[in-house]
Amino acid sequence: MNRAIITVVGKDTVGIIAGICTYLAEHNINILDISQTILQGIFNMMMIVDVSASDISFDELSDGLYAVGEEKHVDVKCQREEIFTSMHRI
Amino acid sequence: MINIYEVHETNQMIEQENLDVRTITMGISLLDCAAGNIDELCSNIYNKICLTAKDLVSCGEQIEKDYGVPIVNKRISVTPISLIAASCASGTEDFVKIARAMDDAAKEVGVNYIGGFSALVSKGMTTADEMLIRSLPYALPATERVCSSVNVGSTKTGINMDAVRLMGEIIKEIAENTEEDEFPHCAKLVVFCNAPDDNPFMAGAFHGPSEPDAVINVGVSGPGVVKTALESCRGESFEVLCETVKKTAFKITRVGQLVAKEASERLGIPFGIIDLSLAPTPAVGDSVAEILEAMGLESAGAPGTTAALALLNDQVKKGGIMASSYVGGLSGAFIPVSEDQGMIDAVVRGSLSLEKLEAMTCVCSVGLDMIAVPGDTSASTISGIIADEAAIGMINQKTTAVRLIPAIGKDVGDRVEFGGLFGYAPVMPVNRFSCEGFISRKGRIPAPIHSFKN
Repeated sequence: MNRAIITVVGKDTVGIIAGICTYLAEHNINILDISQTILQGIFNMMMIVDVSASDISFDELSDGLYAVGEEKHVDVKCQREEIFTSMHRI
Repeated sequence: MINIYEVHETNQMIEQENLDVRTITMGISLLDCAAGNIDELCSNIYNKICLTAKDLVSCGEQIEKDYGVPIVNKRISVTPISLIAASCASGTEDFVKIARAMDDAAKEVGVNYIGGFSALVSKGMTTADEMLIRSLPYALPATERVCSSVNVGSTKTGINMDAVRLMGEIIKEIAENTEEDEFPHCAKLVVFCNAPDDNPFMAGAFHGPSEPDAVINVGVSGPGVVKTALESCRGESFEVLCETVKKTAFKITRVGQLVAKEASERLGIPFGIIDLSLAPTPAVGDSVAEILEAMGLESAGAPGTTAALALLNDQVKKGGIMASSYVGGLSGAFIPVSEDQGMIDAVVRGSLSLEKLEAMTCVCSVGLDMIAVPGDTSASTISGIIADEAAIGMINQKTTAVRLIPAIGKDVGDRVEFGGLFGYAPVMPVNRFSCEGFISRKGRIPAPIHSFKN
């Protein structure tokens, strides 16, 4: 499985999750886990997704999600999971 | 599975605490480029570098995008040029030609620096070594991206004082020749003792003769991350302090290890080492001096600085070594003056002197780095400073280095602007007593007693 972590940071508004989920569904990307919380007063959401069946490249996905975030005035980042697992798991 | 707090911690390190991979440096052997005439040699060097490193920059950028971690520099180090050129170079102008070929290749593949315009002369200089050194006042100003290093001593061989004397003169000459230039070309020249073969950091990177055809070495960084972590343990015991540095260094190094392995796989070039160094930049919060201050010093240079730095350096290694399969290079905290805003502030405040910096180099990774000295400092005094640093390296079996910038026409308290990652430096006072009689002696200082281990 080829996993990526999508993070959304910013002001909570209606439709952020919907916008991102729609974009992911359009590109055949399966969501494995979603969690959200308020950290230091800012809305934080994280999704773990499986990109192995994705119909677009990782670059396109990353840019596409960033654009979805811009519309909603939130910062959306998409990173491969390994950077987090290598830092936090032995 | 990874949780949101861990993701947040990593991204906060990247976005707010300047966590980055400082450099992916591709080491390239040029041993097979040796040729019978200089033009053929230059074209061999240019072609080999361009072919081997053609995908280096794009690969680095792709990794940056995939993991969302900045990779600040993509660089190249090559076999010390004096070894390659010995077969055909007949004068300093030939070495300038080679430097130009390296510079052209660096521009072609898009790296910002290429290291290895170097000579290893710890015991003696070959004709080619000496020609390379004498070409530096012309080769460095004639090129933009070429970095040079000269290894003048080692624990095994002692110190080549003839080379030390020559380097003092050469550094002075470079500064005088390029007085009008905005960029101080001396910043591209490092004088080493015990230079490592696999250092990825400029200006001292070269691809040592013990290395394979090509190799990927990675330098990690993150003084800002360590400093932020230490702010949470003010007033705590040394045990807590050390544990915090160690855990943070582990996390930083894991990112470097991931990037190194990815780069190595994608480029099809073996992974060499991770250099566990805390390399500061002039950016606010990316400073080694600020880490020392977070430990409880009023200003870097205050009594206790050497102990704090020793602790920091040791804990970074202890945390980092477990995080990587191969560790090498310089591995330790860098204390360049101009590249570290906290160090600059400490010098301006009057808390940090050249002598204290020298003491600090006994316990950290490199040496007197990016220090501006008055323009009227004599060549023999510069050689004396180099000899002192080399002696610290030789006796303590560690790497030491000197990168001094004689600021022509300037005096103590003036400022030298370097631009970009190099920052700026206040001109520091140098001891005015002469060492001429010592430096003018011929020959070398023998290897120390503890080098005889066989």
